[in-house]
Amino acid sequence: MSIALVIATREFKSLFLSPLAWTILAVLQGILGYLFLNQVETFTLIQTKLAGMEGAPGLTDIVVTPLFSNAGIILLLVTPLLTMRLICEERRNKTLSLLLSAPISDSNIIIGKYLGTLGFLLLIVALIAFMPLSLLMGGELDNGKLLANILALCLLVAGFSAVGLFMSTIAGHPTVAAIGSIGILLLLWILDWTNSIKDQRSELFEYLSILRHFQTIQSGQINTMDLCYFVLFIATFLLLSIRCLANERFQK
Amino acid sequence: MANLIEVEHLSRYYGKYCAVNNISFTLEKGQVIGLLGPNGAGKTTTLQMLSGNLAPSSGVIKINGFNLLTSPLKAKRSLGYLPDTPSLYKDLNVYEFLYYCAQLQGITSQAINPMIHKTLERCGLETVSERLMANLSKGFQQRVGIAQAILHNPEVIILDEPTSGLDPIQIKEIRTLIKELGEAHGIILSTHILPEIQETCTHVQIINKGQIILNESILDLNQTMHQNCVQVITRLPVDIAVLSAIPDITRIEPIAHNRLKIHYSMTGNPTHQIAETIIAKGWGLEEITPIKKSMEDIFLALTQVES
Repeated sequence: MSIALVIATREFKSLFLSPLAWTILAVLQGILGYLFLNQVETFTLIQTKLAGMEGAPGLTDIVVTPLFSNAGIILLLVTPLLTMRLICEERRNKTLSLLLSAPISDSNIIIGKYLGTLGFLLLIVALIAFMPLSLLMGGELDNGKLLANILALCLLVAGFSAVGLFMSTIAGHPTVAAIGSIGILLLLWILDWTNSIKDQRSELFEYLSILRHFQTIQSGQINTMDLCYFVLFIATFLLLSIRCLANERFQK
Repeated sequence: MANLIEVEHLSRYYGKYCAVNNISFTLEKGQVIGLLGPNGAGKTTTLQMLSGNLAPSSGVIKINGFNLLTSPLKAKRSLGYLPDTPSLYKDLNVYEFLYYCAQLQGITSQAINPMIHKTLERCGLETVSERLMANLSKGFQQRVGIAQAILHNPEVIILDEPTSGLDPIQIKEIRTLIKELGEAHGIILSTHILPEIQETCTHVQIINKGQIILNESILDLNQTMHQNCVQVITRLPVDIAVLSAIPDITRIEPIAHNRLKIHYSMTGNPTHQIAETIIAKGWGLEEITPIKKSMEDIFLALTQVES
């Protein structure tokens, strides 16, 4: 396990050696900062109306939840860019044999790579979480809901990076890996859109959709079912990645 | 002595194409095996299988007594591998890279620093240890690759074309290093440079079309290379019939004016008698030289018979 952490640390550090990580951090902060200010502005505009309403949505509902939803969609597009190089680039640069000939099991390689990327994504989540926390200076937040939002986004990026890692393991080229993972994630995101059509509800699609589980946790309902969904989702793609990496040795 | 590498009936197919066909050999401590063969002979495939990068289609590989397929982690613990393209992370500097490699080998952090310094010194990398690997020349990159393979002091060192891309001085240094390492470790290296084998290896294996067609120690090979043949140059013409009467001589081949190639049987060495006869007859002996078959000749002869 300690070897997995060695790989994770290396992966995390080397992200910061390339401009990619810095660019992603900058762009995300820029866009989300703008969206955040927009929501705050909306809140201040309708604040007086809300004051008169019974059971009106609070600051957390109007600012935090939309911010985290938007962050989810943007990270859906960004995570594949971070994960696409994980295994794929190593294979192309022929550095994979360093890992394959070292006394490390395939699962340690995959888990190490996964944790390295996850570390970076959690850093992004932390930076996003600072935005609503800044509201504490002048207002009050529903702490439970804020934590639920943070948890939802953490689970979401954990799932995204598992898919990205898997695609990077099977793809021959980083771009292919990126497009493949964006495709899978987008499909899983929109899977329950058919539910809006009458008589077209599918329980299976509803269960498979990431969006539904994300939104349930975001709303503050933390169900075992949703947590299990994410755990199973991550475990499935990690196991598939480990299998694929083991298959590397049987090429052609 | 325990075998460091034991390979039994190893085969590898790429689809229907058979890259390595049923090879078996062993490597002991103190041996340096040179794997020699034309392009596409299966050298790299063999080494990739030995290093755990490629699964064999059939056969058994044991490294330091552990089966590489059933207990890979234990087997790989005693393995250092330099691939044909060295695995280098271009965005790290040499020191960081070697530190990472040592960590991957599971070396404790206190032991890493002295190990790296020793290796840097051995491979002549002290001056570049702070430089980014992307900026290193090909020769230095190759040396970093070798450093990576020997860093953790593994019992078995596998080097795929270790001297490619190096200048003559570096080649000499690396060969000395290989020889030095060979005394305490088992080394298997591949190359298509023939003199390199003669200089660094204790054993040679010629591999062609996935099969080992020659597996001998360098000493035996050197004997084979003395082809039981001498060249004689005289001042006056020689009566071949007289020379043919000397026992052990199998064939006399005139090459040019007053120049003969005399073949003799494996059992005896009639050089002494040849010289005496020529002097006694007053033909004026000017030169008598044993003819050595070069490694190229053997290599060409073996690989061409096969093809």
